[in-house]
Amino acid sequence: MSVLVYTESEEGKFKKTAYEVVSYARGIADMLGTTVTAVAFNADETASLGTYGADKVMHVKNDKLGKFNANAYAAAITQAAQQESAKVIVVSSSANAKYLAPLLAIDLQAGYASNVVALPESESPFKVKRTAFTNKAFNHTEIKTDVKIVGLSKNSFGLKESQKEASEAAFEPGLDDKHFNIEVKSVDKAKDKVTIADAEIVVSGGRGLKGPENWGMIEEMADILGAATACSKPVSDMGWRPHGEHVGQTGKPVASNLYIAIGISGAIQHLAGINASKTKVVINTDPEAPFFKAADYGIVGDAFDVVPRLNEKLKEFKANNS
Amino acid sequence: MKILVCISHVPDTTSKINFTDNNTKFDTNGVQFVINPNDEFGLTRAMWFKEKQGATVDIVNVGGPETEPTLRKALAIGADTAIRIDTEALDGFQIAKELSVVAKEGDYDLIIAGRESIDYNGGMVPGMLANLIGASFVNTCISLEVEGDTATAIREIDGGKETVSAKLPLVIGGQKGLVEESDLRIPNMRGIMMARKKPLTVKEPAGASAETAAVSFEKPAPKGEVKLIDPDNLDQLIDLLHNEAKAI
Repeated sequence: MSVLVYTESEEGKFKKTAYEVVSYARGIADMLGTTVTAVAFNADETASLGTYGADKVMHVKNDKLGKFNANAYAAAITQAAQQESAKVIVVSSSANAKYLAPLLAIDLQAGYASNVVALPESESPFKVKRTAFTNKAFNHTEIKTDVKIVGLSKNSFGLKESQKEASEAAFEPGLDDKHFNIEVKSVDKAKDKVTIADAEIVVSGGRGLKGPENWGMIEEMADILGAATACSKPVSDMGWRPHGEHVGQTGKPVASNLYIAIGISGAIQHLAGINASKTKVVINTDPEAPFFKAADYGIVGDAFDVVPRLNEKLKEFKANNS
Repeated sequence: MKILVCISHVPDTTSKINFTDNNTKFDTNGVQFVINPNDEFGLTRAMWFKEKQGATVDIVNVGGPETEPTLRKALAIGADTAIRIDTEALDGFQIAKELSVVAKEGDYDLIIAGRESIDYNGGMVPGMLANLIGASFVNTCISLEVEGDTATAIREIDGGKETVSAKLPLVIGGQKGLVEESDLRIPNMRGIMMARKKPLTVKEPAGASAETAAVSFEKPAPKGEVKLIDPDNLDQLIDLLHNEAKAI
């Protein structure tokens, strides 16, 4: 009755969230006095999961599963969970994990709590703390089923080392045509760009930048910091930036280490979407902008004056600290 | 094509969030309820299928009589009929299970739900529903076309998008992108008058039970004051980000 954890990888390489969910699963396993079994798909270096507390890795190597496929992945994880008699299954909050978790929940007749931010408060009843109302509140949820699925919010638990063996065993799930009922025609993904979901730092621009032609300095800052670029809703609605960059209540959620908002006033819907970020910086001409109430650090100033100078300083800092 | 759109009745995006009864219940006092934004994008896309491809559009909600104004609004936007499953919405599983009964009875080709509701943010109803009725499922769907018995959808993935094709019946978890913000419709007087005459069926629940329970709530701890930095002293910001926040 181990704790089972789905560890995501891309082109063989584990994502940082994979190590975070393993760290979290280790925490639950220690509470329950059991072991951690990771399920990995076509990954390299499964032994690295041991650093964060995986006792065992069930490794699915299957060319048909080279690309993520929610149905087939859910079926494989279901079968792994059944074989392990897992009582708790941990997944991340990535787009793919949120796609497969509800399918898994039905297959395993398991209650599912998403956006969980901490280890269970109690084992029986099994109670977890999760965000609700788009980060405007927390909600303590009891999962009442025998098998439980926990979706962990990104960056909420962090990486915790706990060396275990991570012994690898090949796992071949039984799959048939019905698991491949969604056919992927094409994938359109910027190769060398940091994604908002994976980014440690997000640099975001708003209407205060006056037009899409002024995004050069935002992109420059993102380049210097190795950050992802994002934008506010009006900016994407006006077509200045692609929809995929819109962060906020109806856009993408952000849970980065650092969020830098430039020329964004901070409407309640925007703040809700980025609130889970650890440190928030605002640069805005209007000292009354609501973002100043949500930010840790603020500069009252004109982005067109401040940002180019800040970029120079950041370059200097990076040159001296790398 | 028969379309079912699942409608969540949620607090408006600008609502102040408070709790009552010793932090066990959401305080609805003074709160304006609306169609869940992710559902509204889907509903508006359904209107396109209705107008361009002759689809019929039913809407469904799990909830008490207080959700009916939200359903009437969806009817005023152009849905044909509404079904309200008369029971308190308890958790994602119970809602999906109740919806699955309506979905099976109606034999729909396409079921559109939002990727998540903006109140509990569970994000599980569309996938659970699809699995319960054995339909195809595409989550975080930002574009949808249907040709005969095949749908072509674009799914937002972390850092990009993916184009997929699936056979009907299909369930999607939709969001902005299905239609643009500027395509959303404000019901006009004629729509509102017509909506009053459209059928709104109240259906007995199947009695599905919940798997999880929202036991209590809390609000985030109040934030400390922002530290203001002089725009002429940007070194201070870099120092704070590096040494205090350890963010760079």
